[in-house]
Amino acid sequence: MEFTTGDLKTLFGAFSARMATERDRLCALDGVIGDADHGIAMEQGMRAAADAAQAAEGTLQDVFNAAAKGFLNAVGASSGPLYATALLRAGKAAGPRGSMPSGELRTVIAAMRDGIVQRGKAEPGQKTMLDAWAPAADAAINGQNADAIAAAARQGAEATRDMIATVGRAARLGERSLGHPDPGSVSAAMLVEEICNAMKTA
Amino acid sequence: MSLTQKLINDGNAAVDEMLVGIIAAHPEHLWRPDNAPRAVVAKHGPRTGKVALIIGGGSGHEPTFLGYVGKGLADAAAIGNVFASPPPQPAVDAAMAASGGAGVLFMYGNYAGDVMNFDMAAELLEMEGIEARTVLTTDDIASAPRDQRQKRRGVAGNVFIFKAAGAAADMMMPLDEVERIARHANDRTFTMGVALSSCSLPQTRRPSFDLPVGEMEIGMGIHGEPGVRRGPLRSANDVADEIMDAILAEMKAPAGDRVAVLVNSLGATPLMELYILNARIAERLKAAGLVVHKTLVGPYCTSLDMAGASITVMHLDDELQRMIDHPCDCAMFRS
Repeated sequence: MEFTTGDLKTLFGAFSARMATERDRLCALDGVIGDADHGIAMEQGMRAAADAAQAAEGTLQDVFNAAAKGFLNAVGASSGPLYATALLRAGKAAGPRGSMPSGELRTVIAAMRDGIVQRGKAEPGQKTMLDAWAPAADAAINGQNADAIAAAARQGAEATRDMIATVGRAARLGERSLGHPDPGSVSAAMLVEEICNAMKTA
Repeated sequence: MSLTQKLINDGNAAVDEMLVGIIAAHPEHLWRPDNAPRAVVAKHGPRTGKVALIIGGGSGHEPTFLGYVGKGLADAAAIGNVFASPPPQPAVDAAMAASGGAGVLFMYGNYAGDVMNFDMAAELLEMEGIEARTVLTTDDIASAPRDQRQKRRGVAGNVFIFKAAGAAADMMMPLDEVERIARHANDRTFTMGVALSSCSLPQTRRPSFDLPVGEMEIGMGIHGEPGVRRGPLRSANDVADEIMDAILAEMKAPAGDRVAVLVNSLGATPLMELYILNARIAERLKAAGLVVHKTLVGPYCTSLDMAGASITVMHLDDELQRMIDHPCDCAMFRS
């Protein structure tokens, strides 16, 4: 099964639609431990990424790079630099090709994790989006199937409930962040899920 | 839940529509470069040989940040979405427009998103051959313990801290010196706030957090981040006392020293209540033997429509007093 630039553009469309649907829920989660704008940033960012991807010409890497730039310039915030860096790394992993075997979306997931680590300098367990991306990347590198990778991301997001935030805006809350999932990890699990759906259907 | 009532057209367009209105209101102070709608630059101030002071951050705190762009204060501001750091590009645009060839100093509140975006901007400027340094503001004493000052967030004390750095730059001091004074100003500025009601974002028009009637949140951040504790609403004097106890304990100023005071509204709290707070603040400072050199009262660093207030005290020395007394002429602040 081949994953083409057309499929990649469809995937960004799916990211955008998913974030639009989940916007208010993500904002509400963020309101508990942050500043209530995470859903807005993700909706605006992924809409801009999808528009830029749609307009992009060239290889998989070109589409990823255009989406990265679109996301960053639309939102800034914390998610902007983190996802822009993640998407640039994903583009590098996909490479200057018109298509790739859909199984290689696993290396894309791992590359996104690497980009987020590089830019955010967080470690797993600090109650951030990395807590969904890291287990998903580990599952992907181990060659697990799409459903298992998506489940790893969801479980990672769920596990942030029992974590105390030590980086990012919620870090100032200390123990008051306990019991609430990190909204960045929840949206991350949704994105992983969309990539895994694409892996199954491409 | 009912939506909060706001005078907006489209929540997603709120920031850009506000900027159009601001430029229309202040053409003698502010302009925007072509193709850089989120960079607001001082008409007068930037000049050859002068360090460019670039401030910025999310919208929703007006008159912070762009209200402090003008001669004697900041040279330009990078404007983000509501409560969200601007991307790197507006910061680069602002720096390029204001650069006088003597380097750029980025100053903004200490938030993870702002740090990542402004650091990316500094990397981009370096490629253009422009040196950019950064001083983060960390005046919110409720946001982390004293021994973790570098983790604290920057809030209303920005006004005094930016003012000191802006004055140093306007006096044509070199980048090293402007940076030193900026850090010194930050080290001696202390803020703490209290929230009485939630703000709501123009995009959602729903309260960002739940604060029951009759309660207040001590130490709340300017984006509605939860504070150090929640308790029953108390009198203005009790609130002023709790905040002043915390500030005075940190500041450790000997009797006879001078201070500058900012009593700031978070948006919905009226001047009447700010002045009631200030009556007690003045009393407390006098009792501590401190001399109030300057007092600002009003909405200087807001959190949309949040009700509540913050108190900032800057512990002056001769140098900081000279910076605070240096004239400035901005769209929304003159002294």
